[in-house]
Amino acid sequence: MDQITFLTEILLPALMSGLVVTLQLIAVSAPFGLLLGIGVAVGRQYGGGILSPVCKVFVYLIKGTPLLLLLIILYFGLPSVGITFSAFTASVIGFILCNGAYNSEYIRGAILSIKDGQMVAAQALGMTRLQAIRNIILPQALIRAIPGLSNEFIYLIKYSSLAYMLTVIELSGAGKLVATKYFAYTETFMVVGLVYLALVTITTVAVNLLEKHVSVPGMIRGETSAMQL
Amino acid sequence: MSTNNYILNVEDIHKSFGNKEVLCGVSFGVRKGDTKVFIGPSGTGKSTLLRCINQLTPPDRGRVWLHGEEVTGSGPRINHFRQKIGMVFQNFFLFDHLSAIENVEIALLKVKKMKKEEAREKALSELRQVGLEDWADHYPAELSGGQAQRVSIARALAMDPDVILFDEPTSALDPELTREVLEVMRKLAQQGMTMLVVTHEMSFACSAATEILFMENGVIAEQGAPETLLSDPQYTRTRNFLGQLTD
Amino acid sequence: MDVLAILIDWAPYLLTGVLVTLGLVLSALGLGVVMGLPMALGQVYGSRPLRWIVGIYVWFFRGLPILVLLFLFYFGIFPGLGLGDVPAFVVGAVVLGLRGAAYQSQIFRGAIQSIGEGQMIAARSLGMSRLTAIRSIILPQSVRIALPGWSNEYPNILTDSAVCYAIGVAELLTRASQIVSQTHVTMPIYIATAGVFILLNYGGIRILHRLEKRIAIPGFGSGAV
Repeated sequence: MDQITFLTEILLPALMSGLVVTLQLIAVSAPFGLLLGIGVAVGRQYGGGILSPVCKVFVYLIKGTPLLLLLIILYFGLPSVGITFSAFTASVIGFILCNGAYNSEYIRGAILSIKDGQMVAAQALGMTRLQAIRNIILPQALIRAIPGLSNEFIYLIKYSSLAYMLTVIELSGAGKLVATKYFAYTETFMVVGLVYLALVTITTVAVNLLEKHVSVPGMIRGETSAMQL
Repeated sequence: MSTNNYILNVEDIHKSFGNKEVLCGVSFGVRKGDTKVFIGPSGTGKSTLLRCINQLTPPDRGRVWLHGEEVTGSGPRINHFRQKIGMVFQNFFLFDHLSAIENVEIALLKVKKMKKEEAREKALSELRQVGLEDWADHYPAELSGGQAQRVSIARALAMDPDVILFDEPTSALDPELTREVLEVMRKLAQQGMTMLVVTHEMSFACSAATEILFMENGVIAEQGAPETLLSDPQYTRTRNFLGQLTD
Repeated sequence: MDVLAILIDWAPYLLTGVLVTLGLVLSALGLGVVMGLPMALGQVYGSRPLRWIVGIYVWFFRGLPILVLLFLFYFGIFPGLGLGDVPAFVVGAVVLGLRGAAYQSQIFRGAIQSIGEGQMIAARSLGMSRLTAIRSIILPQSVRIALPGWSNEYPNILTDSAVCYAIGVAELLTRASQIVSQTHVTMPIYIATAGVFILLNYGGIRILHRLEKRIAIPGFGSGAV
């Protein structure tokens, strides 16, 4: 079989179905990861004596543990205590926890960078603390956190590949199966890599467009604007 | 007390930060349409007094009443009072992520739960009032200090407050911009808005105040109508202070 | 059987994995500096083709998932070069290092670019060659500026090193799962392993911070890059 046939007849169709799974993993994880990040950041900043330390410990533990170990615990560990998830669900839960923990750090940093006057002025208008957080503090924090949050989104794209270690046949897994069957490792993983590069590059372009779209004059972006792909 | 037609009563306010007592028993009453101007050396608690009135800084002791209802210790109901007691800050504190008109709208939408079109109309008319309807879609960073302060006045006005607290509204501005802000405030005073103003602008105090209150060491040392306070020799401390200002 | 007894029994085997994990991390950090620093200089001071090559390298190694890189090198490139017998540990260290170089080069680049033009002009005015100026003026400053950002690479590489499980390097996670399949004690083993990772993570960060303080120059380079 020549290279072209291998590529068009076998590899690309297999990768296509893997790509669909990868996109599903990302599409489910990212929104909840963002929500979790917001919740944890707000909880840590405004949660008071109990919630705040809980959020802090959560971030500490998740950031300290390798994502792959977290995934293995969720899929291979928890059944031993009677909790069973499908491989896909376990992966998504792991991604949400990890993505949420890192997102919360960026959002919290952005909240800390907002001057006290914003909260004071909101309260002087009769807003409750919760209203002020939701309408004044969070919108500003999220705009400032966009560079960091998009970094995390790009990490999510790449680390979604770890779902394969839980037997989810996503993009990397689909590549691995083809590579093993046809003994074509270098070509296959180069192509798989190119697909990830395409995803990452498209996302980067999209993020730049988004930043322009939501840009508010004079709102300084978070310090962490060095895009770490 | 309400027999005096006071809409706002401030009664024996005390406030300490650490072991420094900033306010040592301040009392006064405000009638509808009053413009009371607080002057005095810095650090004598004038700004703290304003913040004690709307409980942004809860006082240690003393009470505040608005229309006979107690503001102090009102718990979550404080947000109801804060809608009635507007505030304008030295550093404007415009919401950085919102355009001028959105700054004026936001509390109408989220606190007063007004409809979108209604709020927009109201916000636009308040911006017109401060002469900034053409700047409605500009963001705080695109406004001069004077414009920003006028937007923040419009933001306070939009809530239809019974009284507005001005905390050194022109201290962060250079003279040119100061003038445009004072212009707006003078107009408000003429229209009968009730205002409490902490300022160093004596020209404004003389021309717009119904009463000047001279604060020193955490108390109101002297008070009176502008013409008497500034000319009557009995008010020596006030005149010494004013003398220092012009030196 | 008593879970605690099993844990104690297998502790030496698991903890040997710490050495393997640290071996991976340290070689990756080392390779990252050795390659990343010249790459950064190339990107700032190099010719157009050189900048281009470094740019593509960085784009490639930062854009691919670590798992795909490991598969590519372990199953594809190493055997393709006739190096199929190279131990998985070496492949893991090389891949983490090549990838680390891509990330670290950008940290160094940011640091070099943050140094004012005046430093180079002043150095040249003293008669230094461009190369001497880079070596004795620009680099000593930029390395200090880059250190906080560089330290942040440590936890990233540490957690990534666990992915070497996928190619069978006998590091912590691999050993943990071996112990689980031998003993059928599951959660305690995994949680203990997570604990070890967390200790390594925050312990290492603390050591790096101490290092940062030691080489700091008063009033200089306090801003993180």
